[in-house]
Amino acid sequence: MNKITYREALNQAMAEEMTRDDRVFLMGEEVAEYNGAYKVSQGLLDKFGPKRVIDTPITELGFAGLGVGASMTGLRPVIEFMTWNFAILALDQIVNAAAKMKYMSGGQYSCPMVFRGAGGSAARVGAQHSQSLENWIANVPGLKVVMPSNPADAKGLLKASIRDNDTVIFIENEINYGDVGPVPEGEYIIPLGKADIKRVGSDVTIVAHSRMTGFALEAAKILAQQGIEAEVVDPRTIRPLDEETIVASVVKTNCAVVVEEGWRFAGIGAEISARIMERAFDDLDSPVIRVTGKDVPMPYAANLELMALPSVADIVEAARVACGRA
Amino acid sequence: MANRLAARFKGRHDSQQYFLVGVAMSAEQKSGITHEGDFYSEEALHEMHDSMLFIRRFEEKAGQLYGLKKIGGFCHLCNGQEAVCVGLNSAADAKDYMMTSYRDHGHILARGTDPTAVMAELLGRAGGVVKGKGGSMHMFDIEKNFAGGNGIVGEQVPIGLGFGFSSWYKEDGRVTVCIMGDGGINQGAVYESFNMAALWKLPIVFLVENNQYAMGTSLDRASAETQLYKRGISFKIPGIKIDGMDVLEFDKRMREAIEHARSGKGPMLVEANTYRYRGHSMSDPATYRTRAEVDEWRSGRDPIARLQNQMIAAGLSTEEAFKQKDKDIKKEVAAIAKAAEAQPEPDASELWTDIYSDPIEGAYPETGKVY
Repeated sequence: MNKITYREALNQAMAEEMTRDDRVFLMGEEVAEYNGAYKVSQGLLDKFGPKRVIDTPITELGFAGLGVGASMTGLRPVIEFMTWNFAILALDQIVNAAAKMKYMSGGQYSCPMVFRGAGGSAARVGAQHSQSLENWIANVPGLKVVMPSNPADAKGLLKASIRDNDTVIFIENEINYGDVGPVPEGEYIIPLGKADIKRVGSDVTIVAHSRMTGFALEAAKILAQQGIEAEVVDPRTIRPLDEETIVASVVKTNCAVVVEEGWRFAGIGAEISARIMERAFDDLDSPVIRVTGKDVPMPYAANLELMALPSVADIVEAARVACGRA
Repeated sequence: MANRLAARFKGRHDSQQYFLVGVAMSAEQKSGITHEGDFYSEEALHEMHDSMLFIRRFEEKAGQLYGLKKIGGFCHLCNGQEAVCVGLNSAADAKDYMMTSYRDHGHILARGTDPTAVMAELLGRAGGVVKGKGGSMHMFDIEKNFAGGNGIVGEQVPIGLGFGFSSWYKEDGRVTVCIMGDGGINQGAVYESFNMAALWKLPIVFLVENNQYAMGTSLDRASAETQLYKRGISFKIPGIKIDGMDVLEFDKRMREAIEHARSGKGPMLVEANTYRYRGHSMSDPATYRTRAEVDEWRSGRDPIARLQNQMIAAGLSTEEAFKQKDKDIKKEVAAIAKAAEAQPEPDASELWTDIYSDPIEGAYPETGKVY
């Protein structure tokens, strides 16, 4: 297997899908001539030309809506938000148009498209450029929400998302863009809605997505040194959530920690822990513990920023408490 | 007969028998506008007249049914604005895309959608145009290239931009007519869309139905520039203002705008000056305007009466014939309402359909039922 970066994996996924299907086009700020603000679209303009790789003005609501309309005519837009922070400007088109179009039109129109870009905390960019919003979007029926945690998943999930006939919210992670990992060559698709067990263990289940999957795996290493075998489950798709895989793991380990970078209130962790309670209450030996970002806007100072985010140590501690070995 | 609106005014330039309407009109009726050289067949004129009258009576029936609590929620009627709906569909091709705001009954009817399905939708019935899932504000007909029926003010404008982009991408020769109101045009999304449409020369006509009030706020209280057709100037989008109370004038000028967009010259902005006789929605007593103002538009500029006068003057019909026509249409609309009302409500299973095209087994629906 080739070892490539997370950003190269995304780039390959788009290039392959654009080669396969001429209805697919990429649009966003700086995606063409600049080769992408994070270089995810490097070389795509040269390969596919200005009709299929299109720089937009800085106008998120407008080009998000453009994607919605184009998808309603049968095109397959990939709309890049430089980061998901800016997608807040486009929420009307995502939530009120893309998500509801199929239902409101009695099944006549659908919006087969991908909104993608960097989400989660970045490094030292302050409150407006550093936040996790997946819980907002995952709340909406009609959308699918995908968040890859490594290069292989990034490629396989993006290809599946572009081929999907619904609107897929594809949230990448800015800090993960440079991560290197093995990626299978050739046609490589990961079906949406399937979680992945990133590490098998029997003592505690740690559910974590996006960048936090890496944190959970780090924590699992430390826990192993302490004689605790953690099972790390990466949902990969936030909506629809692969409840079966999560519940099966909890039934095995009898305790769970849910990790997310975002805020605690009504977060993804709240949803997952509620489902564990609903489906595996009798299998739980202890309450589900949530490890989340602190309930504050992201600060700039390096020490404060670090404090605002979940840490590997937080996960280790939570796992020990969950399985009664604190 | 129910689908007369689908005829799409084919006779306009087809007939051997031409009537020069301009010659038949009085100076007052022309409002300074000439139709010189513009010919309409008798059949086309009747089509336009009947379509406008049908929309008027359909809306009145909808208002009645709302009063009887048979139609729920929001219901925005377009009485007074019929010439825009009908003139637009005379000017546009069947292949052209169209989308509008929530004041959509007249537009989808003019587009040729089955009126029984539209009425059934208003009544929340299974045979509604969107299966009873949308209601008054969300009328869609993909067969007629009518993409809503959008409930958020201005939301349809970026969507229309996408339809226009698609035609540019596919080079399919279609024009998108993206309709908004004098309220919608103040949304930021509109200017984002103007900019991109002009930047990429997309085949779009942005049509502003200026009915003088955004809900209860008059144009001059909401807009620094009340000449709305000028709102595209800083994007180099040419704009024209059309009398939206004159169906022939509207048809003619709209054709020019659509032709401009189709020829690859980029978007155009059209302001249709019109007036809604009813309130913004059914709960609106319209206290923000005077009775005299409403009367001035209704009795002085009504688009249906205007065309009737033109046709009578040209010897194409008589007052008696129009009265009979009105009776026939009222009867037809009553029958439509009855047929729609007789339909069942949507099946309970419809609650869970049309959410995803590719549902994932085991994951949907998210019923939350675990006990």
